Amino acid sequence: MAMLSFEKKYRVRGGTLLGGDLFDFWVGPFYVGFFGVTTIFFTLLGTLLLVWGAAIGEGLAGQTWNLWQISIAPPPIEYGLAIAPLYEGGLWQIVTFCAIGAFGSWVLRQAEISRKLGMGYHIPFAYAVAVFAYVTLVVIRPVLLGAWGHGFPYGIISHLDWVSNVGYQYLHFHYNPAHMIAITFFFTNCLALAMHGGLILSVTNPPKGESVKTSEHENAFFRDTLGYSIGAIGIHRLGLFLALSAGFWSAVCIVISGPFWTRGWPEWWNWWLNLPIWF
Amino acid sequence: MIDIKPPEFQNLLTPIQVHGPPDPGVPDRNADRILGPGVMNYLAGKIGDAQIGPFHLGWFGILSLLFGFAAFEIIGFSMLASVGWDGVEFIRQLPWLSLDPPPPEVGLSIPAFGQGAMWLLAGFFLTVAILLWWCRMYYRAKSLGMGTHVAWAFASAIWLYLVLGFFRPILMGSWAEAVPFGILSHLDWTAAFSLRYGNLFYNPFHMLSIVFLYGSAVLFAMHGATILATAKMGGEREIDQITDPGTGAERTMVFWRWTMGFNANMESIHRWAWWFAVLTTLTGGIGILITGPVVDNWYLWGQKHGLVPQYPDVYEAPAMPVQPGELDAPYLGAPSADPLPGLETMEGAGPVPQRMMDVSIPISGTDMFLTFDQEIGR
Repeated sequence: MAMLSFEKKYRVRGGTLLGGDLFDFWVGPFYVGFFGVTTIFFTLLGTLLLVWGAAIGEGLAGQTWNLWQISIAPPPIEYGLAIAPLYEGGLWQIVTFCAIGAFGSWVLRQAEISRKLGMGYHIPFAYAVAVFAYVTLVVIRPVLLGAWGHGFPYGIISHLDWVSNVGYQYLHFHYNPAHMIAITFFFTNCLALAMHGGLILSVTNPPKGESVKTSEHENAFFRDTLGYSIGAIGIHRLGLFLALSAGFWSAVCIVISGPFWTRGWPEWWNWWLNLPIWF
Repeated sequence: MIDIKPPEFQNLLTPIQVHGPPDPGVPDRNADRILGPGVMNYLAGKIGDAQIGPFHLGWFGILSLLFGFAAFEIIGFSMLASVGWDGVEFIRQLPWLSLDPPPPEVGLSIPAFGQGAMWLLAGFFLTVAILLWWCRMYYRAKSLGMGTHVAWAFASAIWLYLVLGFFRPILMGSWAEAVPFGILSHLDWTAAFSLRYGNLFYNPFHMLSIVFLYGSAVLFAMHGATILATAKMGGEREIDQITDPGTGAERTMVFWRWTMGFNANMESIHRWAWWFAVLTTLTGGIGILITGPVVDNWYLWGQKHGLVPQYPDVYEAPAMPVQPGELDAPYLGAPSADPLPGLETMEGAGPVPQRMMDVSIPISGTDMFLTFDQEIGR
């Protein structure tokens, strides 16, 4: 039954958020639940619509099955915030609706599983931040700018082209202060992850013939080298904070580009050079 | 329905701190040159361990700090010199100031003063400092009888640093290819690099590096949240949970198995973490190293290999958000007719950042302009 050796004692009924006992069961390793059903519904519908869009070549100059080139484009800007015809971005709108439905279901599914296992709700909260960043890109910013056409196209290369093009609309996106903060959080998160992963592996995988080390060794290593060891609980608070901040500031950096600032980002920095304190 | 507990139950901050005397640390095989007994800090204790220090000195550490300090000073004083030793202008223009590598004609030879010699010297000192710091991480782990995983992860980051400032310039035959030292100038370098080589997004190793960078954020969010959510069952005692799994570790595994059909365990999640972080800079370094020496234009490379989608003609020609002459204040370094202000192509040298000169800035409240005709940073 695809169960871990100790898993059976955790597979008990109850703790659901919605649907009572009706969906309170497992399929293979997966827990189902009401939100598992809605996840499957939105995921299947959205994915099949993407495949259908690829079959008709929606959003492209010609049909292709080349995985890199397939792209489902949002409606042209002229449609504003209206519902577009199916082959002119309507597909993108339905897929976006399905994606938000699936991601939202996944958040609630994680909440339900957390509840069944008596855990805190940190995981669904963290995932909700990622969903918020996605919603910022395809709903909040397009609505603020007045057209669904400001969403990004669903395609492997086409979404990179979108990032590139939107970035150059603001001349040089690296000068966006929120982008700077987001990148700093991404890099710091990567550094902290390497340090944490490396530390745990290094105490539990000591050189041949040595015994497994202790949390006192963990502390000694980073106190010795850096002057501070944040500790076992602290590193997980810090890691969660860094990762969520990276996602949050990414959302901020794109939502202010257009709705708040329409010129080149390098020019934004003139306020600093023009501060009255210099003169 | 969801019994959301108040923040103090979510394990986000430590509500009660008990401070004893600072812990001197475990017995060390080379226990000498320890700086201070350590102090307790209340705010540090809110998020993590309250104890700061003791700090281990030792020759690798001392020399690394000295070389690092020298590099920092060379960069700082070069920037200060570039604004005519004016302290106020130094602070004001600090984000734009830069210590640049030598011009292309210097090639790989030792440049003269004013020709990037200070860049080479600062880079040399910084590299020595970083390599000494690597030795420190390695030998500290050895002295404590631990594995050297942290040092090897650090080596992956050093690989990317050396590719950017050393290996790739050597392959290209010129120090001018390297990254300048400066807050905005290294961003200019990055943008110019992507443009020069036809959009770095089409570089598959850049794609991989981004995947691992974002993946690192996903992994740390998942792992950090999972541990905090099971901390009341001892989930954060990871060494104990690895060597003798309790209900905290079991629930972390069962959670992800039920959620996505697959789970790591308390030890293997740290292998995932280590590899994702290490591969970010490892693949990134490969991507930079082959850009130029192997591939000259990633967009054309992508076209050749069938990556580039064919878009319908539905979009109008993109309008520049700011037209020449439209600004109420002169945009720093923007040549009027240049489609990409701040980026200027030099014959044979690839794009180099536009110099910031002849800047004229209105002084608010007056009809006067602040002008300075001095070159800044280069």
